[in-house]
Formats: sequence, structure tokens, C-alpha cells
Amino acid sequence: MLDAIVFYTLSTVLIAAGTMVIVSRNPVHSVLYLILALFQTAGLFLLLGAEFLAMLLVIVTVGAVALLILIVVIMLDVDHRALRRGVAATLPAAGLVGVVLVTEFAIVIAAVAGASAPVAAPDRIATTAQLGRVFYTGYAYLLEGLALVLLTALVGAIVLTVRDRDGVRRQDVSAQVGRRRDQVVELRAVASGRGEG
Amino acid sequence: MTGAIGLAHYLAVALILFALGVVGIFVNRRNVIIVMLSIQLMLLAVSINLAAFAAHFDDVVGQLFVVVILTVTAAEAAVGLAILVVYFRTRGTIEVAEINLMKG
Repeated sequence: MLDAIVFYTLSTVLIAAGTMVIVSRNPVHSVLYLILALFQTAGLFLLLGAEFLAMLLVIVTVGAVALLILIVVIMLDVDHRALRRGVAATLPAAGLVGVVLVTEFAIVIAAVAGASAPVAAPDRIATTAQLGRVFYTGYAYLLEGLALVLLTALVGAIVLTVRDRDGVRRQDVSAQVGRRRDQVVELRAVASGRGEG
Repeated sequence: MTGAIGLAHYLAVALILFALGVVGIFVNRRNVIIVMLSIQLMLLAVSINLAAFAAHFDDVVGQLFVVVILTVTAAEAAVGLAILVVYFRTRGTIEVAEINLMKG
């Protein structure tokens, strides 16, 4: 019974937060509502016995991805009110698409999973250990592939945003190494008591 | 309502969330930031689906694919925001309707 209360609370707040993400006028508010939705999803993951995913969602997605989006939204000086022009015109089409989508998949869910057993089985071995065992044995190549995906995204993001500016005193290693002694060092006979220049 | 939370409950929540994401893309198609947030919502809905099925079939591989989705989400956000920043730097706006430099 407690499960049901927690589930309905989490999913109600989740759907409300999801709605606010798409209807909020201020994109900063949208990102904050997305963070709320992520926390609710983490709660749902806990109910499903996926505690590692819940922690991953809170730490990585909220802590890194959502904050990255938030920082970029704050950084960009954009007139968001101008970007909302024409929303009313697309609303009927969007509503139609949403209704059709929900109806279709609701029919599928009702047909396939109408009478399903309760999902969460609490008396199992910890799924984090289970997940690690699967990830580092049978799906090790998947793990490596994911690492490659992240590396590619990292390099791509840096390559995209780096820029060369003029007037920056930057170290030129090849010029430094290529200097020869006779080009830069000069021996002079300095007269005693008079100095140079 | 029997009180027991089954697979269908989770699927329904994920379905509503996914539909919200799709509607969000349609409604806010001019603002690319909200479009990205809507994509995040859709990926979240798919993650809920996978985790629910993983619990339903008692197979941890479903959770493994949630990890895949989260990784791809992080990569997508990083590259997408980088493109957004570069585009804003060159054009001074993020209006999607004006992204037609590479007319194909």
C-alpha cells in the first residue's frame, strides 16, 4: 500500500513537472522543472529496485547534464519571449499528435500488460552488484563503447567551442625549441666603469 | 485499482511523459533549448520503460540499457549545447527557423 502511495505521488509530480517544462515561459524555470522531474524519476527507479540507476540519475544527470544546460541557458542572452511567438498556432497540431500518441500506446499497454503482477521484488541481491557483474563480463565491449561515446562527445564539444583570438600571448613550442644560440646570444666586450649603451 | 503497482502503471507514466516530450517539441519548435529539454523528457520516459521491464522480467540487462541511454543523453547534451553556443556566437540568436546556412 505504501508503494502505491509513493508511486502515485512520484508520478503525479513527475507529470506535473514535465508539463511545466514545456509550458513554462522562462527557460530557466523549464530547466529547474526538468531537474524536479529527474528527481521524481530517480524515486521511481528506487521503487523498481534500481538503486544504482537512481544514484546515477541524481549524480550524473542532475549534477552534470542539467546544470550544464542551466549554465548555458543563463549564459546565452536571448530574448525568449520573441521565441515564443507562434506557439498558439502550433498548439492544435501538437495537441492532436499528443492525443494520437497517447491513445495508440494506451491501447497497446492495455492489450499487452493489462493484468500484470507487481513489479518490485525487494528480496533480491543488490542490483548494483548484479549490474556490475553483468557490465564487466558479458557487456564489457558495451562499456568500452560507452566510454568512446563520452570521449567523442568531450572532444567534439571542445573542438566546437574553442576559438583563436588575436592578441593572446601563447607559448609557441616549436619556435622556442628551434631557436639557436648564435641567433639570440651575443658576446660583447664591455668597458670597465662605463657599462653598455 | 487493486493497490498493487504493476508494469502497466509504469508504462502509463512513461507514455504520458513521452507524449509530453513530443508535444513540447511541437509547441516550442522555435526555441531550441526547450526542444533539447523535451528530448531529455522523452529519453527519461524511455528509461522508465526499460527499468520497469527490467524489474518485470527480473533481468538486470534492462537496467544496463538505461545506463546506455543516460550516457548518450550526456553526450547529446554536451555536443548540442556546444553547437548552440557556437551558433549563438556567430549569429547572435538561437532561432531554429534561421538555421539554414547549410542549404541542402
